Amino acid sequence: MTQLGFNTEDYQTFLTGRQEPEWVTAQRTSAWQQFSDQAWPTRREEEWMRTDIRLFNLDKFSIPTVAGTDGIDAIVPLLSEGVELGGTVHSHNGVCVTDTMDEDLKQKGVIFGSLDSLVSDHSELLKGILLEKAFDREDRFAALHAACWTGGQFLYVPRGVHVEKPFHVLSSLSDGGVDLGHTIVILEDGASAALLSETARASEDAESLHCGAIELLVGDRANLRYVNLQNWGQRVWHFARQKAVVGRDAQLQWTSAAMGSRVSKVNQHVVLDGEGARSQMNGVLFTENKQHLSYHTQQYHKKANCHSDFLYKTALQDKSHTVWRGMIKVDEGAQQTDGYQRNDNLLLSNNARADSIPGLEIEADDVRCTHGSTSGKVDEEMIYYAQCRGFTRMEAMRLIVTGFFQQIFDRITIDSVRDALGLAIARRVRDYE
Amino acid sequence: MKHVLTIENLQVSVEGKPILRGVDLEIKHGETHALMGPNGSGKSTLGQAVMGHPKYEVTGGSITLDGEALLEMEPDERARAGVFMAFQRPVAIPGVKMADFLRHSTTNVRNPERKEGEDLIPMKDFRRELKEKMEQLQMDMEFARRYVNDGFSGGEMKRAEILQLAMLQPKFAILDETDSGLDADAVRLASESIADIGREKMGLLIITHHDKLLVHNPPEFTHVMLGGRLVETGGSELAEELHSNGYERIRAAYPEAEAENAAMAGQ
Ligand SMILES: Nc1ncnc2c1ncn2[C@@H]1O[C@H](COP(=O)(O)OP(=O)(O)OP(=O)(O)O)[C@@H](O)[C@H]1O
Ligand SMILES: [Mg+2]
Repeated sequence: MTQLGFNTEDYQTFLTGRQEPEWVTAQRTSAWQQFSDQAWPTRREEEWMRTDIRLFNLDKFSIPTVAGTDGIDAIVPLLSEGVELGGTVHSHNGVCVTDTMDEDLKQKGVIFGSLDSLVSDHSELLKGILLEKAFDREDRFAALHAACWTGGQFLYVPRGVHVEKPFHVLSSLSDGGVDLGHTIVILEDGASAALLSETARASEDAESLHCGAIELLVGDRANLRYVNLQNWGQRVWHFARQKAVVGRDAQLQWTSAAMGSRVSKVNQHVVLDGEGARSQMNGVLFTENKQHLSYHTQQYHKKANCHSDFLYKTALQDKSHTVWRGMIKVDEGAQQTDGYQRNDNLLLSNNARADSIPGLEIEADDVRCTHGSTSGKVDEEMIYYAQCRGFTRMEAMRLIVTGFFQQIFDRITIDSVRDALGLAIARRVRDYE
Repeated sequence: MKHVLTIENLQVSVEGKPILRGVDLEIKHGETHALMGPNGSGKSTLGQAVMGHPKYEVTGGSITLDGEALLEMEPDERARAGVFMAFQRPVAIPGVKMADFLRHSTTNVRNPERKEGEDLIPMKDFRRELKEKMEQLQMDMEFARRYVNDGFSGGEMKRAEILQLAMLQPKFAILDETDSGLDADAVRLASESIADIGREKMGLLIITHHDKLLVHNPPEFTHVMLGGRLVETGGSELAEELHSNGYERIRAAYPEAEAENAAMAGQ
C-alpha cells in the first residue's frame, strides 16, 4: 500500500479501508471536517503560549495503515519486567502487532485488546461512549486524533469483577512513525483493574509523531490504577488528551511519568463525577537537552464529598523547559470538596526552566482546596554532606534526584513500576557544577 | 606506622572574610583531643576545612593525612581516605532512606577504589551490622527507614551522626558538638558509645561546650580557639578549667585574638 497523507483524498482511502461500524465512520468524518476547517493552535492562545510548534510539519508524516516491523527488535518494555500480566497489547507505528489476554479473564467477561478490532466486535458497547464520554475535541490535534486514530487499546471490566493481574500496553515508534493510538478503559460499577501503559522508541533520534488520547471511565465504587510512562525518543512530537471520569465512591490512582519527546503538550483531566469519588494524580517528569514538556491538568469536582490529590515532580537538565498549568475546578454543588495540588521542580542546570502555574476556580463555599509549587536547584549542602560520607559528586546528585522523586515512588504500589522509573531516572542524571 | 593528621598554619576564609588565621594541630591515631573556644571562634570552620566544604576557602597552610595532601582531594576522597566529621548541623536529604544512604556510604568508604555502579556490600551483611550498631546505640530499627535527617529531632540527628561514625570507622573523626541537643541520658549514652567506638581506635577531635563527653573521653590534649587561632594547648585539666570558669582568663590573656574574635562576631 502506498503511504497515505493527511489530505482529503487519502483520508477517503483510509476510511474505506477501515470497514468500521457506521457510527465510527460518522464520528471520524465529522472530526475530519473539523480538522480541515481548523488551524493549528498558535502562541496567542493561553494553552500554547509557552509551547512552540512552528517547526511541526504534519506533511512529513502519513496515516498509519500497515504494521511495519521496522526497528521493532530494539523495543524494550520497562514496566512489565517480572510482572505476571493479565494481557498485553503492543502496537508499533500505530498498528497492533501483539495482542494477548488470559483465557480465564475472558471467561469472566473481561475485554482487552487492540481497539482496532474490538471497536467492531463491541460496537454496541462502545457506541455513545468512545470519544464521547471522556474526550474533548477542542483543537486541531484533537480533531486529527478523532478522525485518524488507529491501533489503540480497549479494556473493559464487567460489574463487580476484580482483576488482580495488571494489563500491559506498549506503544512504540521508529523513525518517521506515527502513533494515533486511542486508549479506552471502562470499569463497570464495583470493578477493579490495573493498567500499565508505556511508550518506547526504536532509536533516540527517530523523528516521529504521537497524537493520542486516553479515556478512563471508572464506574461507581470501581477502582482503577493506571500507570502511564511516556518514554518516546527526544525527536518525537507528543500531543495527548487524557481524561478520566470517576463515579460515586470510586477510586482512581493515575501515575504519569514522562521522560521522552521533543515537544509534549498534554491535557490531563480528572472529573469527579459521583459523590465520594477519589483521585490521586502522580507525576514524575525528567527532561534534558532542549526538551519541552507542557502539562495542563484539571481536577474537576462536579459532585460533593470528593477528594482529589495531585503531586507532580519535575527534574530538569540542560536547556529543557517544562510547563505545568494546574486547575482545581469546583462546581457550585460540590460541597465538602477536598482538593490538593502541588508541583515541585528541581533545576539541575542553570539553563533549565520550569513554569509552574497553579489555579483554583471554586463555585462552592464549603471546600478545602490547597495548592503550592516550588522550584529550586539541587542544594549544594546536600551534595557536600553526601560527599563527606563517601559519595562521589555524581552519586550524590543521583541520590538527591532519586530522593526528590521518592515521595511519588512511595505512592506507587506496583514494585516493577517503582523500580523501572527509579532506574530510568537515575541513569539520566548527569553532573553539573 | 601510626596514622597522623597534620594541620599546619591553616588559614581559611568564608566569602572573602578570614576566619582561621594560622592553625597548627597534629592528631595521632588513638589520641583524643578536645577543641574548645567561645561561639564563633572558628571551631566548626576548622572541621569544614578538613572535610573540604566548598564555601570554606583555604588561603594558606596545609592539611595532610599520613603525608598525603587532603586539600587536593574532593570531600568524598577525604572520606574514603578515612576522615570523618559528625556535623554540628547535619543536612537533611529528603526521600533518601537512612539505610540506603548508609549502605552506599559504608561501601564507598570501605572500598576506596570502588567505581560508580559497582556492587554495594551485600544487603544481608549490611543489615546485620546495622542492626547490631543500632542496638548498641539504643536506636529503633524503624529509624533506618526514615529519610536522612529529615524531620529528625536535634537529639535524633546527633545519634544518627554517631551511627554513621560507628558504621564508617574512620581513621580520624571530628565530632562537632555531638553532645548538644541531647538530654542527660542521651548525652551519657552518646559519650559511652563514642568512647566505645572511637577511643583509641581513631584519632578524635571533640568540639564541645560541655564536659560530659570529655568525662567519658578524657582528652590527652585540650586546645582553645579564639579569633581563629589556637591560643592555648593543655591537657584534660584545661578542659575542666574552661568548663568551670569560662573563657574570661583566655580572653584577657590573648587580647589580640579576642579583638579578632569580637570583630568576627560583629561582622
Ligand atoms: N558558611 C558560613 N557562612 C558565613 N559565615 C560563616 C560560615 N561559617 C562560619 N562562618 C563565620 O565564621 C565564624 C566562625 O564560625 P564557626 O562556625 O567556625 O564558629 P564555632 O567556633 O564553631 O562557633 P559555635 O561554638 O557557635 O559553633 C563566625 O563568625 C561565623 O559567622
Ligand atoms: Mg560550631
